Order: sequence, then C-alpha cells, then structure tokens
Amino acid sequence: MKEKWLAELWQFRELVYFLAWRDVKVRYKQAALGAAWAILQPLLSMVLFTLFFGRLAGIPSDGVPYPLFSYSALLLWTYFAGVLSQGGQSLVSNSNLITKVFFPRVALPLSIALSGLLDFTVGGSLLVVFMGYYKVQPGWCVFLAPVFLVGLILFTLGASMFLAAMNVWYRDIKYVTPFLIQLLLFATPVIYPTTFLPEQLQILMALNPLAGVIEGFRACLFQGRPPNPSLSAISLTMTVVVFVAGLVYFRKTERVFADII
Amino acid sequence: MSYSIVADDVSKSYQLGETQHTMLRDAFMGVVRSVLWPKKKERADRDVMWALNGVSLEVKRGEVIGLIGRNGAGKSTLLKVLSRITYPTSGRVEVNGRVGSLLEVGTGFHEELSGRENIYLNGSILGMKKREIDKAMAQIIEFADIGGFLDTPIKRYSSGMRMRLGFSVAAHLSTDVLFVDEVLAVGDVGFQKKCLGAMRELSDGGRTVVFVSHNMAAVENLCKRTIWIADGKVAQEGNTREVIHAYLNSFEPGHEQSLDLATVRERKGTGDVRFLKMEFLNEDGDEQRVLHSGDPVRIRFQYECQRDMRNLYFGLRIFSNLGTLISDIHSWATNQPIPLAPRGKGSIDLEIDVLNLTPGTYYAGLWAATPGEWHDVLDNVAKMDIQPSDYYGTGRAVDARFGLVFFSCRWNLPGNGQSGLIETAAALPTT
Repeated sequence: MKEKWLAELWQFRELVYFLAWRDVKVRYKQAALGAAWAILQPLLSMVLFTLFFGRLAGIPSDGVPYPLFSYSALLLWTYFAGVLSQGGQSLVSNSNLITKVFFPRVALPLSIALSGLLDFTVGGSLLVVFMGYYKVQPGWCVFLAPVFLVGLILFTLGASMFLAAMNVWYRDIKYVTPFLIQLLLFATPVIYPTTFLPEQLQILMALNPLAGVIEGFRACLFQGRPPNPSLSAISLTMTVVVFVAGLVYFRKTERVFADII
Repeated sequence: MSYSIVADDVSKSYQLGETQHTMLRDAFMGVVRSVLWPKKKERADRDVMWALNGVSLEVKRGEVIGLIGRNGAGKSTLLKVLSRITYPTSGRVEVNGRVGSLLEVGTGFHEELSGRENIYLNGSILGMKKREIDKAMAQIIEFADIGGFLDTPIKRYSSGMRMRLGFSVAAHLSTDVLFVDEVLAVGDVGFQKKCLGAMRELSDGGRTVVFVSHNMAAVENLCKRTIWIADGKVAQEGNTREVIHAYLNSFEPGHEQSLDLATVRERKGTGDVRFLKMEFLNEDGDEQRVLHSGDPVRIRFQYECQRDMRNLYFGLRIFSNLGTLISDIHSWATNQPIPLAPRGKGSIDLEIDVLNLTPGTYYAGLWAATPGEWHDVLDNVAKMDIQPSDYYGTGRAVDARFGLVFFSCRWNLPGNGQSGLIETAAALPTT
C-alpha cells in the first residue's frame, strides 16, 4: 500500500514539477520588481528587525552582527511562512483540479514546498554575500547545515499538508494561518538568540521544531560550534512527528477531498 | 485479464444538507454537544443520497463504450469513481493502465500563463509526460489554430480560443484509458465536428474509452456498446443502437402517441365520418413514444361512420412549426379508397417507410372525404417532436439546419457507363 502510493507519486513527479513551475511563474507575474521580491522580503524584515530589536531594544545576537544574525533566521522563516500560507490553501485554490482529474493530491502541497526552494536559494546567495561582508567564516559544522534545512522542509511540508487537508472542511484555516505564523515567530529564536532564555525554557521552546532548526542552522554557520545537541534532538524529533502526523492525516482524508471541497 | 476497467458492485453516497463546508465553530459545538448529550443523534439517514447504487461493469481493453442517462442519473459520478477522482462508498474499482480523464476542456489553465505554457501545464495535469508534450507540440499548436496568440497570456484569449487550445491538448492525450465527459457539448458546430473527428481518432488508437454524452448521434457513432445509467444503477447495457432506443423511449413522449380526437370541437365537414383516435405505432404495432428522423412510422386512425360510406379517402397533412404545409399524404394520390366503409367504427393505418423530416416540431392535421365531399377536417390536432438521428450512419446527425426534409440518397462518381459509389470517409475532415 505504502509502496504503491510512493510509486504513484513518482509516476506523477513531472506534474509536481510543472505545478511548482507554475507557482514560480505566476508568483511574480505583473509585479514590477518581479523575482527581486525573493530577496526583498527577508531583507526588509532584516532592516526592520535590526533597527527595532538590534539597535533600540539591544537584543543580543550571539556575537554575530545583528543584521547577519537576523537575516540567517529570516531566510528560513520566510520559507516557512510563505510555504505554509500557500500550502495551506493549495487544495482549496486548486479545487478545479481536484474535482476534475486524478493525481496524488499530495502533489499540491509538495509543489508549493518545492517552488519555495527557489526563493530560498536566491535569498541564500545573499546570505553568502553578507557573510563575506561581515567577514564571518563558517566552521567545519557547516556540513551539518543541510540536516537542518531538510528538517525545515519536512516540518513545513508536514504542517502544510495538515492545514491543507483541514482547510477542505474548515475554511477558517485561511484566517487562522497568518495568526499562527505570527504567534510562532515569537516562539522561535529569530529575533533573539536561544541563549536569551533560561535553560528550562529552551527545552520547552525546542518542542517548536523551527526553534531547533533555526538555532542549529545558525550555530553551524557562524559559531564554529556544533549545535546544541539536546535542542536539536528534540526539535528534529518533533519535526518527524509533525511530518508523519501531517502525512497520515492527509492520506486518511484525501479520499473524500473531491466530494467535500 | 484482458479487462481494462472492472467495477464491482460500486455504490456512492453523498451527505445532503449543510455538511459540506462546516466551520470550526460548528465542529467544536458538535463535540461539546455529543459530550453533553451523547445519545442524541444529529443526522438521520434521510440526508444520504445514493448517487450510485450497485453498479458493476467490465470494459475490455481497446473497447469504446458509451455512458448515457438523464441528468443526475449518476453518469458523471460513475466516471469520477472510475477515474479515481472520488472513491466509492462501497464496492471495488480496478483500472489497468495509465488513465486520462477529460471532464472539462482546459483543466487547470492559468490565466496569467501563455498559451504555450498552458499546453505544458494542462498536458501534465491530464497525465502526459513532458517528452510526449514536446513531441505533440507542433500538432497541438496547429490543431488549436490560435495564430499569433501562442505566447500571449490566455486571459487575453476569447472563450473560443481557450476552448480550442484545451481541446487540442486533450486530443493528443496518449493514455491507455480515457474517460471523456461531454467535451463535445461545447463550441460552435464547426469545432464540434473537429472534436468528433479527434475523438474518433483517439478511440481508433486501440485505447479504452468511456464516453459520457447526451449527444446520441455521437455515442451511436463512436461506441459499439453502451451502458444506460438510471437512478444510480445500470438500467440496460449492450448494443448501442438498442440501448439508445430503449433510453429515448423512457422519456415522456415528445408527441402524444395516442390522441383522442372525438372531443375536438374545431372541425369542418359534414360529420358523416368522424375521427375518434390517432395512434403512432412502430413496425411491430406497439406504441411509438419517440419519433426520429428517418424512422419508419405507422399511424392508425380510428373513425366512426354515421352511415355506409362509398370510396372513402383519408389524408394526413404535416405542417412546419411556422404553418407551412410540408406534405399532404393521402389515399387519393395512391388511389386506395375504402370501397365501402360500413356504418359504425373502423380503422385504417398509414405506413410511412421513412419519416424524412429533419429534427424539430411539426403539426399534423387529418381529413376524411368522399369524392366531392369533405366529411371531417381537423387542423393542427397533433404535435410531433422529431428527434435527431444518425440516419446516414456517418456520425453526422440529420440536423434542423439541413432544412425541413432530407432524402434517402447517395453520391456517385459517373464513369464508363456505370457509376461508382463513393466510399464513406474513414474520419471526419478536420477543417
């Protein structure tokens, strides 16, 4: 059963690609600045955060320049927020496809997660530029960074699948999602470092998969130290839990999508 | 083994009422309520509608079958269940091979994307591989006939261009199994013909096709076997011609197959002969409920004579819906009077070999006379709705645009003293 489903998804891989390609093509159509928004979104947030949190509030940044500190997290955060809000709508906004054609429904949230990677890559290249500018050299741990990026994608995809399936029944998701994203921003070490919190709270925070992912990513990149192992372990476990739960919920409900949507 | 599609006792139910789009609030309240009053059941069975109810069917590899039935009979639901868009509530469906479904033209088109981009998008949504689309690209573009608009966003397209683009992608679909729903019901007549030709090519290619349509002429032309769905069940299946015939006969009659004429007030003549009844019968003498272009028809007149009548003639006048007399068919022309019609009731049949009227509404009047004297003349007493049919067996149904009447005929090329019949073209020209 499981293998059959995976084999079928593999058969439809080109559809996933074309759906992602459509999202990318359409995303910045008729936007005067076009694909520049891929960089502008995290960049503008970075400027704001640096002004308000770095300068005015004087929030520490683990010994890294605050702009670089916040941008590295915002890069991941923008991916998460963008993919989750679009992915949560991916079934409802493609209801015409769901009611007219068969394909593995998971292709829809999957294609959003895929198309988000392009913006991520563009934004990532700017991160490299920043690191050069601030003369921050990554240590050997940089090779661990992809683990956290995979974690980011899995968590985002898992949450997207869950919200997308819920959205088929409850259109409230559309209104809940922005609020959820905003709330999560404060529970994630984007603006502040993990060390800003007392140790017991850090463990609690790690239940939020993004906390461990972002903290780990930053640690790999800047500090030349391995990421906090207990934080990472908790967050990555939670990531897998969310991904599996999202997938199972999606698979359990997808048989009736076409009837309900 | 060699079956391409097998459906075994498939049923599908839908919840009726406000269950479709609930709000979180309702779901939450539902939970609260069920905790507080766990016994109370909210929803009764009456809210369940069975769209399909125990449908079983088998389609062989390479077979082209038609699905017909009235609106809401369950055809589209069956098509969706077979193509796995939705799942049956109970029963089993098995489809072997790559599946393509054409439930509408241009599924997944995106307004902002160009025609070319949409060809890729639509093609891949319908189940084509990229290299297949690449290969068919030139043909698709040619068939769509959208000229210089290929690289323009389709939001600038006319609805006709959009449809042509959608259909031309669909026409190049190369899956093993194809589900088609009413795709032919769109577009102008010229484009419909083109689509029918493309449909025929699709079904000639050895693939399995399930074709849902209300266009009986198209079904008759494309499908050898047809399944009639009524009330979510298979009402009849088998030879297309027979199934279509049974299906059309199930309708409320388009004309009154039996008309009581005794009570008609407006009539002229001496009244020595009065029509009592007029019946439309088929070849076997049963009531004919639906009349088609080209059908043989038997019309039975029942009359009553007040006295013995010598040399009694009968006639049937057919008028167009604008009141033009199309034909006065009578026994005077064929010189078949009833030499002596005795006092009392009698009846006479008019047999028409080929009802060569094009589809539409016609009106009939009757008369009875003896030489020099009208006895009963009735105008416009019967309405006849003539249904289209594929009289020439070419898939080109006799059409109201062909005028009021059509003829049993053929075309020949003249040659050395004898003429040769031109063979019917294999497929419709795509122009």
